[in-house]
Amino acid sequence: MNEASNSEENQQIPPTGDFLLEVDQISLSFGGVKALQDVSFGVEKQQIMAIIGPNGAGKTSMLNVINGFYHPQQGQIHFKGLHRKQMRPHEAAVQGIARTFQNVALFKGMSTLNNIMAGRNLKMKRNLFWQALYYGPARDEEMEHRLRAEEIIDFLEIQAIRKTSVGRLPYGLQKRVELGRALAMEPELLLLDEPMAGMNLEEKQDMSRFILDINEQYGTTIVLIEHDMGVVMDLSERLIVLDYGRKIAEGTPDEIRGNQKVIDAYLGVTQTN
Amino acid sequence: MEILTAIFIQPFIDMVDDPVLFLQVIWEGFVTGILYSLIAFGFVLIFKASGVFNFAQGIMVVFAALTLVGLHENGIPAFVALPITILVMYGLAFSVEKLVLRSLVNQPDIILFMATIGLTFFLIGLGEFIFGGEPKMMISEELLLPYDSITFFDDMLILQEIDIAASVIAAMALVSLALFLGKTKIGIALRAVADDHQAALSVGVSLNTIWVVVWFISGIIALITGIMWGAKSDVSFALSIIALKALPVLILGGFTSVPGAIVGGLIIGIGEKIGEFYWGHLVGGSIESWLAYMIALVFLLFRPQGLFGEKIIERI
Amino acid sequence: MFYREAGQFKSTYVGDHELFPIKQDRRGILFILFLSFVVVPLIANDYWLQAILIPFLILSLSALGLNFLTGYAGQLSLGTGGFMAVGAYACYKLVTSFPEVNVIIIIFTSGLFAAGVGIIFGLPSLRIKGFYLAVATLAAQFFFEWLFGRVGWFYNYNDSGAIEVPVRNFFNIIVTGPTATTQARYMVVLCIVSILALVAVNIVRGRIGRAWMAIRDMDIAAELIGIQPLPTKLMAFAISSYYAGVAGALFVFTYLGSAEVEVFDINMSFEILFMVIIGGLGSISGAFLGAAFIVLIPILITNLPLILGIPINAATVEHFNFMILGALIVIFLIFEPHGLARIWAIVREKLRVWPFPY
Repeated sequence: MNEASNSEENQQIPPTGDFLLEVDQISLSFGGVKALQDVSFGVEKQQIMAIIGPNGAGKTSMLNVINGFYHPQQGQIHFKGLHRKQMRPHEAAVQGIARTFQNVALFKGMSTLNNIMAGRNLKMKRNLFWQALYYGPARDEEMEHRLRAEEIIDFLEIQAIRKTSVGRLPYGLQKRVELGRALAMEPELLLLDEPMAGMNLEEKQDMSRFILDINEQYGTTIVLIEHDMGVVMDLSERLIVLDYGRKIAEGTPDEIRGNQKVIDAYLGVTQTN
Repeated sequence: MEILTAIFIQPFIDMVDDPVLFLQVIWEGFVTGILYSLIAFGFVLIFKASGVFNFAQGIMVVFAALTLVGLHENGIPAFVALPITILVMYGLAFSVEKLVLRSLVNQPDIILFMATIGLTFFLIGLGEFIFGGEPKMMISEELLLPYDSITFFDDMLILQEIDIAASVIAAMALVSLALFLGKTKIGIALRAVADDHQAALSVGVSLNTIWVVVWFISGIIALITGIMWGAKSDVSFALSIIALKALPVLILGGFTSVPGAIVGGLIIGIGEKIGEFYWGHLVGGSIESWLAYMIALVFLLFRPQGLFGEKIIERI
Repeated sequence: MFYREAGQFKSTYVGDHELFPIKQDRRGILFILFLSFVVVPLIANDYWLQAILIPFLILSLSALGLNFLTGYAGQLSLGTGGFMAVGAYACYKLVTSFPEVNVIIIIFTSGLFAAGVGIIFGLPSLRIKGFYLAVATLAAQFFFEWLFGRVGWFYNYNDSGAIEVPVRNFFNIIVTGPTATTQARYMVVLCIVSILALVAVNIVRGRIGRAWMAIRDMDIAAELIGIQPLPTKLMAFAISSYYAGVAGALFVFTYLGSAEVEVFDINMSFEILFMVIIGGLGSISGAFLGAAFIVLIPILITNLPLILGIPINAATVEHFNFMILGALIVIFLIFEPHGLARIWAIVREKLRVWPFPY
């Protein structure tokens, strides 16, 4: 088992057409701090992959790089066959990458509905003249997207709070709304940064169900960061383990569970299935 | 072609042609600059201590000057009026903090800033009500401030003694405060409070002591600034608009840096005067009203955090 | 019980998104419109029109503009006076250079000049935020104050340095200039402000308004969901300045009749900002509420002591004006940062369930 995972992690992953997202020797530093060192991996279409590791390992930084928010000093990213060194966040969004954040980054001054509609803004094109007039093409477009937003609201079961200002919602619901906003972008790749953080068991079950449904129904590829190992092992097909900015293991949940390096760095000895 | 010469060449020829005049202009700019630095320093101090940009600092300066003059008008000798004024300013700063700033503790910066604008208006109204709206004369003589002039180069370069005095006093104030903040125990504690209230508390810094120190110093600075400005031009509420000039200074120098306030003030002060004198006539004069802001604006485009400010790294 | 919405359900998204989904609100607004368009011009006297209603409407327009920029998009601006000046002087130059063109068209056009200027001074907003941006707008404020006062071309080299409004008409009714009646001027202002107010509510409930609010609340997150900060901010500057420009043009042409650039000084900028704060940041009705408040306060201060028999002189009135205004700003920001609009919304909430407590 150990040998298998060792040889896997040492392999350079060649760019192939199968991967939706490929990250190739990414290095990122802030001043003297090395957030990521030489990290490479690939995510297949419609796969659910998890990035795990101790705090400060660089997991969020990795997502930020994929998003275009941080620009790596070295390395490349291949997404949908196109490769780029760095991308502006707006381009990443347009290309179909959406994400949620560790500390909920909702627009606190707006309602649930408007937050989700903000996720649709990307696709709304009617210019100022029509917006000023409202009746006509602008209203049609607004309603068309309102329909899509409502579908997401139904899916996430948040109909009751659609007009509530998100600043007033409990944390668990806020996370759900944030997920809704990401879904509104109709992403091909969904990046989730600790979607279960601060949730109780029931909320975690709901969220897990949503994530699986998103993956199955919409065919969305998902990369998630999570600390709850139970959730991680259940949900993900593949795992990457980061420690101090380096990738120390990659593989299926079973492989990772038994990987000695990972146990030493992060998982610890007592592992209940 | 003529326009290009007029803009890019002639002014420099003018400068070289009459270097004594050039020196005079620089001197004027220097003096104004030092005073800008003083005003800016008041803002920096409050910002460092509380994280709030207190727009009302400008009116505090006017208040200090008015209180001093007012006390003197009522028969109190100048050097007794000085400490009384400081106490009054202390009280004013204390009330402002307790009534206004304390209540707005968790609000976003923009709200705090606008509250201080409201405060400024309130104090302007109050000041005019108490002291009357007409400009007053600063009691320079009674404060033993000189009012002669020294001349050099056959009367071509005239330095007002009051200007020299103002510069010296202001410079001393600024330097000593910079040292105070940088080197003394209380100064360091102040900076700690500015960074993070909770953390400062947890290492044993007494917030109340710090606040007392801050109000005291800000009161003294307001008074010195008010006296100096008032000695050069009258004491009136127009001074609070001059306080707006502190903004470009703070942009250049950064909102949290004392050396920055000094450098920023000098750049703006000298820049303004030179700009007005050598280029101003090309466009109708009086460009001092906006030149400082334009300089700051252009500067911001290249260095959004100012000369000395800290670069803000945003994290999500 | 009068304000019940029981039974008023919306079955379409279109219905849900309407401006006034509640029947009582619709009736209320229609009533106000009826009052404004029909009743007031018939019965109001010149004093009310000239001293209160016309400036109220014009300043509301400017407050609407600033609300877009500061309330919805979160970009603090202290340059409103400057942008209003641009509109006013653009209007003056256009009217005097093209006397045949309809003055109403010119008023709407002069806003475009202000919009252009707004975009230029908004460009720095890509890199600069918060106070720093406020300073950029101060640059605009002081620059234009200087420009229109010093460069003679703008005031047609008038000896006095002031601009005088010439007589112009709109379909045979004189609407500007010394001979225009207050009723005519009032109707012009009312129509223009009503149209632009309607446009305002349409813009903020659509994608542009949402983009602004997203940028205001968390611009990093907004960028990551595909809302580009620079175009969004520039749009806010452009539209906001357009409104300020039209308001400035109206201010001189239908209210003052003649003006020097000082009317658009920094105090005007502060005044409009106060209207937006007191009325409520991020609220269209707030702009009107705030403007009404600020226009009425000095009148109250002048007249109340007279009614009560206490003598008071003009200077003291102004002092108290400043004091009360300043104090109110602080009080509002402490207790109700969302301003009068929120207070009004709370009142309506109570009305919904009246006479029951909850």
